[in-house]
Amino acid sequence: MIEIISKPWPWYIAGPLIGLTVPILLLIGNKTFGISSSLRHICAACIPANISFFKYDWKKEIWNLFFVAGILLGGYVSINLLANPDPVVIHPNLASELKTYGITNLNGLVPLELFNWTTLFSLKGFIMMVVGGFMVGFGTRYAGGCTSGHAISGLSNFQLPSLIATCCFMAGGFLMANIILPYILAL
Amino acid sequence: MTKETLNNTEPQEYQDRSLNTICTNESRLSHPWWYNFKYLLVGIAFGIVFVKAEIVSWFRIQEMFKMQSFHMYGIIGSAIAVGALSIFLIKKFNIKTIYGEEVEFHPKTFNKGQIYGGFIFGLGWAITGACPGPLFAQIGTGASVIAVTLLSAIAGTWVYGLWREKLPH
Repeated sequence: MIEIISKPWPWYIAGPLIGLTVPILLLIGNKTFGISSSLRHICAACIPANISFFKYDWKKEIWNLFFVAGILLGGYVSINLLANPDPVVIHPNLASELKTYGITNLNGLVPLELFNWTTLFSLKGFIMMVVGGFMVGFGTRYAGGCTSGHAISGLSNFQLPSLIATCCFMAGGFLMANIILPYILAL
Repeated sequence: MTKETLNNTEPQEYQDRSLNTICTNESRLSHPWWYNFKYLLVGIAFGIVFVKAEIVSWFRIQEMFKMQSFHMYGIIGSAIAVGALSIFLIKKFNIKTIYGEEVEFHPKTFNKGQIYGGFIFGLGWAITGACPGPLFAQIGTGASVIAVTLLSAIAGTWVYGLWREKLPH
């Protein structure tokens, strides 16, 4: 059993499980599934700085912080107790393209040659971790949600604004991955 | 509680909160703080799915945006299908929460932020290979440097709050 669970899960198992999060959170406490708002609650709790956007009672939304703490713990559990024994399977075209940028270690969930404490202080690492992270936090809040809040929660409830947001997520992603990122990786 | 009464009581707060994906419906039931541990458990299960299905993998996100793999499309598509079916059933049979409360849904209103912000997030998603949820899961898997990415995302959210009045919406 553990052996089966340790293998990477196919999309038709993982997708429905993620979809089930929507009714589970609704039914156990009337909560709308969404993750990026946790970043806002952290701002409201730690550095509200008299900004009206952060002046609200974040304690009313504390469930969201418990939820993301759980996601972090879930990551710890799966890597330590349910680790995949086999190498990660990567599309050969992607693998050969990454090789041209000197990325050959394809084990793990993030490319270790790009994301580590040493590269953080290089221009490439700074763009990928600091600038990239900033755009994730700024963009999700500006859009009013991320993949979970808009693409999954919003589209499950047939919300047009969520469809617009999701299309823009994908447009930005396609542009970055295909056109801009090669220049960053070449730095 | 209806939208109207909320508007009458705390208009600014309602405005701010409804711009978010967070719950604008507070339960009238008050529970001790440790009731929140149920959300921790859901989060753990969710985090395990994230890692085991490699949704938190930078490589899978690149494959998605390069149209090299169906995996992520299958996940997002089937998640929406299951979510939509669940919401349909909840509405049709008027299923209540475990505390007997009515399940509330909050229609989203359109603003241009969904276009500009969505596009900016998309750029960041393809660089970091992570949306906000996977950032937490990646740190859990031991990628300690991703804590910097998370802090930067928190900074991004904070700067949005600071500039919010000046940004087009």
